[in-house]
Amino acid sequence: MVRFENVGLRYGLGPEILRDLSFMIPAHSFQFLTGPSGAGKTSLLRLLFLSLRPTRGLVNLFGQDVSLLGKDQVANLRQRIGIVLQDFRLLDHMTTYENVALPFRVMGREESSYRREVIDLLRWVGLGERMDALPPILSGGEKQRAAIARAVISRPQLLLADEPTGSVDPTLGRRLLRLFIELNRLGTAVIIATHDITLMDQYEARRMVLHQGRLHIYE
Amino acid sequence: MSRTGDEHGPLVDLGTERPQVPAQARNMSPIVPRASISGRALVAVVAIMTFLASITTGTVLLVSASAAEWQSEVASEITMQVRPQAGRDLERDVTAAAEAMRTQPGIVQVKPFTKDESARLLEPWLGSGLSIEQLPVPRVIVARVQPGTTLDLAALRSRVTQVAPSASVDDHRAWIERMRSMTGATVFAGIGILVLVIAATIISVSFATRGAMAANRPIVEVLHFVGAGDRYIANHFLRHFLRLGLEGGVIGGGAAMLGFGFSESIAAWFSGTPVGDQFAALLGTFSLSPSGYLALAVQAVAIAAITAWASRRTLFATLDDID
Repeated sequence: MVRFENVGLRYGLGPEILRDLSFMIPAHSFQFLTGPSGAGKTSLLRLLFLSLRPTRGLVNLFGQDVSLLGKDQVANLRQRIGIVLQDFRLLDHMTTYENVALPFRVMGREESSYRREVIDLLRWVGLGERMDALPPILSGGEKQRAAIARAVISRPQLLLADEPTGSVDPTLGRRLLRLFIELNRLGTAVIIATHDITLMDQYEARRMVLHQGRLHIYE
Repeated sequence: MSRTGDEHGPLVDLGTERPQVPAQARNMSPIVPRASISGRALVAVVAIMTFLASITTGTVLLVSASAAEWQSEVASEITMQVRPQAGRDLERDVTAAAEAMRTQPGIVQVKPFTKDESARLLEPWLGSGLSIEQLPVPRVIVARVQPGTTLDLAALRSRVTQVAPSASVDDHRAWIERMRSMTGATVFAGIGILVLVIAATIISVSFATRGAMAANRPIVEVLHFVGAGDRYIANHFLRHFLRLGLEGGVIGGGAAMLGFGFSESIAAWFSGTPVGDQFAALLGTFSLSPSGYLALAVQAVAIAAITAWASRRTLFATLDDID
């Protein structure tokens, strides 16, 4: 599903922050991406989400060389990827329900066709009573859950999550991990970038460790 | 893996917790909030531009219509002057010249001005009670030409000078040429003003679009994250700008049309005054024809379309920068 070959990344004329990354993410797989702060986890996620292009090497996503993709093709590929960012990126003028339903809306689906699915997921992540609330009045944890719900609602083929349990208590963290595992069971490849050792200890999965710009994989 | 919700089970199983899903559709917020685009200033700019463009076009149409009217009136007339000459009887020359004109093919009506009528023509300059016999005043003969016929002016001149050597024929060609160049200059100036107005509109709209995109950059980024293409995003912004353009076009174009609608009454108030008479001479009755109003309406829609086009162009350029 994802193949990196000798990928390097630098910002401007700065030093190379990712070096010679070569790995594969198989379909239906589950992995944690970890490493110290500043190791390049977020940059790697952005490469996987096509919001950054590598300075060298080959990135192949869903069988396509990303260096050859046009803007419309990138948009189409992104509809197959869900992403949870550290700063949540919810739209403040939309309710929690509307934020979570946004990927369906962009796909052009009728509201009636996804209403039940969105409401069920919001209840599952504990936002059943906050469906009509606007993001500015949600707590940090609630925003994080809304962002996760938005990323998983369309059952993407690849889910990228950057510190998805950073703002929630351990109980809710476990519940969210169950959601990712369930999504993986249904066929989504999941990559969770985290510092949280406790979270990683709760589920046996491949660990990708970034250190000084290089990647070490522990199956 | 299929991506449609209907082809697989629910992502999460709520068991007995499953809530009743409301049957009615929810009112969804717009993708781009209307309040985030500073529309009032843009509507005002487009309205002012449309008003100026409409006034320009309307005035050009009025001048062109009046000029065409003058030209057709003047072109359907020829004037002959018979000057007094020593040793010749002026009255006889006038009668002979009028007769020669009458027999010329294409002439439908000949009217020689009598002595009294000639005196009346000179009254504004020489005062009343003038005894025309004491002055060497030429006599005028006016003839109407059959519309659509080309008069053989050389043949007419030759026939008239044979019977009245002091007669000269004027078909007002020089006057018509001057009128034509004046009308052409007015239309040219009008087009110049329209081009400037449209250029100013495009620049204003581009700035407004860029500002709106900068203010809504977080929305654009999130839409990119959820897989929206540039066309989808641009269309949502474009709706706002098309609506703003139409609002401005309707206000500006409507105000100009009302202005032309009332101008006839206003001109009537000023008739008789020197200013009113000058304007009436230049612009006729000030009444715009129905096709003129249609042209103004089409122009207002065109300016709204230009607003949308300029906005779309800027949107795609800005989306390229954001991605």
